[in-house]
Amino acid sequence: MPLVFSMTVPLSWYLLVAAALFGIGFFAVLSRRNAVAALMGVELMLNAVNINILAFWRYVRPTDLTGQIFAVFVLAVAAAEAAVGLALIISIYRTRSTINVDEIDLLKG
Amino acid sequence: MAIVFIVIASITVLMAIGTVTARNLFHAALFLVGAFFGVAALYATLDAGFLAAAQIIIYIGAIATLIIFAIMLSRSMMGREAGALNRQWIYAAFGALLLFVALAALVLTTTFNTTLLPVPDNVIYQIGAGFVGTYVIPFEVASILLVAALVGAIMLARERHR
Repeated sequence: MPLVFSMTVPLSWYLLVAAALFGIGFFAVLSRRNAVAALMGVELMLNAVNINILAFWRYVRPTDLTGQIFAVFVLAVAAAEAAVGLALIISIYRTRSTINVDEIDLLKG
Repeated sequence: MAIVFIVIASITVLMAIGTVTARNLFHAALFLVGAFFGVAALYATLDAGFLAAAQIIIYIGAIATLIIFAIMLSRSMMGREAGALNRQWIYAAFGALLLFVALAALVLTTTFNTTLLPVPDNVIYQIGAGFVGTYVIPFEVASILLVAALVGAIMLARERHR
């Protein structure tokens, strides 16, 4: 059972899925009006990175658990960053009554 | 087994596309939860069972819940939006497509030296031993980071007494 997936699914397929998720998250960050939707794109990109890390761990060096430990750290940092980002968005909404990224332009020259 | 992978991967990508194009923000959050489930299934196919469970608990149980809370708390102003995407979405789409094509070209033209060794039996033990052994300093720094994020988020989002 443990070897079945590795035998029939090449590594490049996992990397292509991760690249697709990364591109989709990238599009979300750059093009969505709502700040929370942009944050969702960031989370998609971090998930794509984690897929990459785990795919390389499984296919290149599965006996050393460093790959999974690294992925757990990426997970923890993503959680911390999502919490702080959403707190910022809520605070901005309280003071400016909008979370449209086009209207949050106090620093604009 | 390749069929299972193709099904899981296509479901995940479709959920991600739904996340970034949904006009209703709550629907976008639900699509994101679906994408997280798909990614957890991909972790399971990579024999990373601990990561799959951690992904479900942390991403879906905590981060997606937090996102839905933030959507609910900022709801009244976003009801009558004039569209989900801003004015330069076509350039963003072109840039994202270019990025994906570049990454795909890189992936498809590289030969990786892969091995098909089986995963060791005591995965959880080795992860735990790594956290308190070789990687104890990043582990402690990550806990400091989480405390800082917790305190910072509370400070940022608390009610200001007028």
